[in-house]
Amino acid sequence: MDAPFRPAVSLIANPVRSIFEGTLRDDSVIVNIGPSHPATHGTVQIIAELDGERVLRTDVHCGYLHRGFEKECEDHTWHNLIPYVDRLNYVSALINTFTYCDAVEQLMGVQITPRCKLLRTLLSEYSRLVDHLTCLAAGLMELGAMTAFLYLVMVRDHMYEHLAALTGARVTYSYGRIGGLARDLPDGWLLRLEAIFKQYEDFIARVHALVDRNRIFIDRMRNVGVISTADALSYGCTGVILRSTGVARDLRKDTPYLAYAELDFDIPVGINGDNYDRYFVRMREMDESLYMMRQLSEMLQSPAMAGPINVDDRRCSFPDKALVYSEIESLINHFKLVMDGPVVPAGDVYVAHEAPNGELGFYLVSDGGGTPYKVHCRAPSFVHMGGAHLMMNGGQLADIVPTFGSINMIGGECDR
Amino acid sequence: MEAPVFATLAADCVPAAGSAQVSHGVLVFTLSPAELLPTARRLRTEFDFDVFLDVTAVDWLGQTPRFEVVHHFYSTHHKVRVRLKTRVSEAEPVVDSLTALYGSAAIMERECHDMYGIRFHGNADLRPILLYEGFKGHPLRKGYPKQQEQPLVPYIN
Repeated sequence: MDAPFRPAVSLIANPVRSIFEGTLRDDSVIVNIGPSHPATHGTVQIIAELDGERVLRTDVHCGYLHRGFEKECEDHTWHNLIPYVDRLNYVSALINTFTYCDAVEQLMGVQITPRCKLLRTLLSEYSRLVDHLTCLAAGLMELGAMTAFLYLVMVRDHMYEHLAALTGARVTYSYGRIGGLARDLPDGWLLRLEAIFKQYEDFIARVHALVDRNRIFIDRMRNVGVISTADALSYGCTGVILRSTGVARDLRKDTPYLAYAELDFDIPVGINGDNYDRYFVRMREMDESLYMMRQLSEMLQSPAMAGPINVDDRRCSFPDKALVYSEIESLINHFKLVMDGPVVPAGDVYVAHEAPNGELGFYLVSDGGGTPYKVHCRAPSFVHMGGAHLMMNGGQLADIVPTFGSINMIGGECDR
Repeated sequence: MEAPVFATLAADCVPAAGSAQVSHGVLVFTLSPAELLPTARRLRTEFDFDVFLDVTAVDWLGQTPRFEVVHHFYSTHHKVRVRLKTRVSEAEPVVDSLTALYGSAAIMERECHDMYGIRFHGNADLRPILLYEGFKGHPLRKGYPKQQEQPLVPYIN
């Protein structure tokens, strides 16, 4: 007769143990959102206890994208890590690379060239623009604003293509180098940048008009996912989340790095610390990024800034390819840099840049060799997951989606 | 250029057994496990270090004590960072938890426990966060082979 039912795979142990031991009340239920849910962007699991549609408490689990980044880093030369760090926050990969390179350079005592400093600053702001566009587009789409999504993503795609013209890749660029950059700007790149800015301004104005005073949007966003300044600080929130509560805390102003001390820009802040404020802070920050990039573009075109992009330091910079093929010293230099890696003096350093999500820090430990002894990434997304329950508890189940979207958790850097 | 708060901190906060020095713009304290919580509390309450940025550990395999727990703090008031280094032994890798002082300690200490097996006394919730329930060992310890696999879903064939 009928064969007994057998599951195709054996039963798999639950990877997660919820902290909830039973429900708080007789009539509440515990539901599981994610890890594979379209609204969780990356793979994150939210275990929520519900009273009808109201969220009583949540338990957030991440780690589904954990791939042993820090372990892998201990097995490769300092140079070889550049493609790996790109894949932390893959929406703004350049900022990861520049932060990492900055940390290694500080450990080595290398000063990058003025042109490299300007280019890194410009590309950091370009990355921030792209990251915010992605976050806003996804967040708006989840609320049904398909037109705004298409506007923003179209502009973003032109930016991706533009970055590909410079770096050769759309998303993960491997463009930074310890002591410099892979290559200088191609001809006409800054002209195209200005054309993209024009398009950005056109479409961002349309998004403002569609969304800012839209009744549905305001009802879904205002006073939803609120976090207080005290909570945000205590839970280590940085970046847009902290600024949305009204604190003008930004590493670009507070501990200026790269060329930020030479630029004129504002730090937009929110009032309430709710989803609407996070939306608006991101929109305003993009305008500030644009303003900074225009200043940088002008500076880069001045003849005084036409210098080299790589430092002349044989400990980290690769020799000219023509010399590698024609003289023995350069050949040995190239060979040692590839096989042994750049020799980084023993010591440790913590360097943080203002990434689109908040403070992105690298804690590097060197034992004096060509490979790192330890690489630790202080990922803003991961720390924000520790405070995410504050923004979701007490709200509606449906509000988890925009709230989580406004935190902008990126699985690559969160789970490492 | 050193921040003025560093001089105050170095003069006022140097513990009996420890030392303080500025390294790449960060003030570094070397502490014993017993001094960690009192020092962190003073940083929080007296010196305005309001953000607990990060906790991780370094495995100095072959040295005793083996592990170095590294805390980073930031002050939005002084705009500087402080690093606390605490050495703990392999036999008893325990430091005090900072959950009573900072909310962010809860999740970051879970990660450090996952990766290095450091136990945080006072943190009641040290469930795996980046790893999964039932994972054996601590992958960022130097003794854990990089290629070792512990698949939760068994391989077919």
